[in-house]
Amino acid sequence: MNLLDIRNLSIRLLTTTSSILAVDRVSLTMKEGEVRGLVGESGSGKSLLAQAIMGVLDDKWKVDADRFHWRGQDLMRLSLEERKAIITKDVAIIFQEPMACLDPTTTIGAQLEEAVSGEQLTGFFWQRKQQRKLAAINLLHKVGIKNHEKCVHSYPHQLTEALCQRVMIAMALARKPLLLIADEPTAAMESTNQDQIFRLLASLNQLKNMSILLISHDLENVTHWTKNITVMYSGQFVEAGTTEQIFHTPFHPYTRALVDSSPMANMQIPAKSRLMTLPGSIPILQHLPIGCRLGPRCPKAQKACVQAPKVKNYHGHQVSCHYSLKDSYK
Amino acid sequence: MTALLQVNNLSKTYRITKSWFNRTLVPALEPVSFTLDAQKTLAIVGEAGSGKSTLAKLLVGAEKPTTGAIKLNAQLLQDGNFKQRCQHIRMIFQDSGTTLNPSLTIQQLLDEPLYLNTQLNEAQRTDLIIATLKKVGLLAEHMNFYPHMFSGGQKQRISLARAIILEPQVIILDEALAALDPSLRSQMINLLLDLQQQMGLGFILISHNLGIVRHFSDDIMVLCKGQVVEMGNTTAVLRNPKHKYTKKLIMSQRFQLSKK
Repeated sequence: MNLLDIRNLSIRLLTTTSSILAVDRVSLTMKEGEVRGLVGESGSGKSLLAQAIMGVLDDKWKVDADRFHWRGQDLMRLSLEERKAIITKDVAIIFQEPMACLDPTTTIGAQLEEAVSGEQLTGFFWQRKQQRKLAAINLLHKVGIKNHEKCVHSYPHQLTEALCQRVMIAMALARKPLLLIADEPTAAMESTNQDQIFRLLASLNQLKNMSILLISHDLENVTHWTKNITVMYSGQFVEAGTTEQIFHTPFHPYTRALVDSSPMANMQIPAKSRLMTLPGSIPILQHLPIGCRLGPRCPKAQKACVQAPKVKNYHGHQVSCHYSLKDSYK
Repeated sequence: MTALLQVNNLSKTYRITKSWFNRTLVPALEPVSFTLDAQKTLAIVGEAGSGKSTLAKLLVGAEKPTTGAIKLNAQLLQDGNFKQRCQHIRMIFQDSGTTLNPSLTIQQLLDEPLYLNTQLNEAQRTDLIIATLKKVGLLAEHMNFYPHMFSGGQKQRISLARAIILEPQVIILDEALAALDPSLRSQMINLLLDLQQQMGLGFILISHNLGIVRHFSDDIMVLCKGQVVEMGNTTAVLRNPKHKYTKKLIMSQRFQLSKK
């Protein structure tokens, strides 16, 4: 059964005069125990999508979906409280810049204890405090912090960025979530630290069968860790498929350009030669092109592209383009 | 032929004074020597705290070196002589959004270095600003815009325009490509490579993305805790890393995977 099944989710930003379609009919499915990458450049709406799943968007945003199922249960039909109860129990999120997300005035230990829910504790009220403390220390051990004594008593600024991210992951694990949404967990981190965090997430996925939605702006960072990838551009769905499909035979011109422009993926081209690029820059929210939003930058764009293309499915490899590159790989 | 930039035994030690008698010396950078030719790129890689940013600061003159000398075209650069230095060595930072003054238009921003460093009159300066903006792929109309009206990639281009407007010989890119989106990053790499060809610039690239380093640079220097652990031709070093630390860096970025 699908853990999360989203079909044609749209998110609108309501302003006083008009409404802007920030995310335009995006579909996303997650199976149990799956690691899926969600890749998109800035302004592609990937963080909005994550926030919509968590249900933390405020009144300015309006979320519509044809289908928004969590383990077979339609979230759109539930009341706010019921929905909150389900989501807080089963879904957890970690953000980029862990230092900024942790409370700077409280110790790590206190913050972790706060995250441990009362339902997990058994025993009489005088035992609870001790249990809470033990649970916090246990969480730290789970994310690979052995020296819990020091960590529990320190403040966020005393720890390194990677350690803070581990603490964030520990907090996310407190309620044993089924799905962990990692919103650019390693942005602005050193490559060796990035590696540690990714490895931790991968081991959690394997040991606890936790699904992970890994959000990143850079395709080359996540390819090693994900089984499936969904690519978004400027709020529209672009392509979804297994990592091999996306990386080796991308069907959409945008994904093709992303792969071609990455110096990591093009080791065979001589150094200092020109990289393939898309002309122009990412459109801003106030001036979105009609139809396929890649249109003005796309090398393959033709007349039909002023209408948004429908999603086509080729053996699980979904692409949303009128002129997909499918036939060029034969 | 002498090298464009020649650095001899450059080092930096910070002195932390806790009390009169309690002074600790923190070596941020052990003595380094290297040369950089025109149209070449030297990449500096290393972890946080490895001294790469210290080295950049020493080169632009933001910090005084403890020992060593920097020679540009066989001419010694003196500490504190910014007039001489800032014309020839310029720097681009990681977050271009915060390095541009939000209360000045692009024209005023770019006019400042010209006004302070050249004898040009106002009309000549405006012409030069327009020419420079065109060189980095912007339009003359952008002159009257404020920084907040630009996207991230365009802001990085403005930083680049500010760096090249005095026709320097060396540009230091301190993680200048890290914060950009992939499609804009490759545009920027192409632009930088073109400018290097046209103007004969020498680049010092500080980066931790080895893919970019491989593509962009001729030589590489690996720093670890202030010490140079490996230095040489980029392809040679990346193909046969000698030092344990370099191997760890390469492993951590999964270089093998990316073969198509």
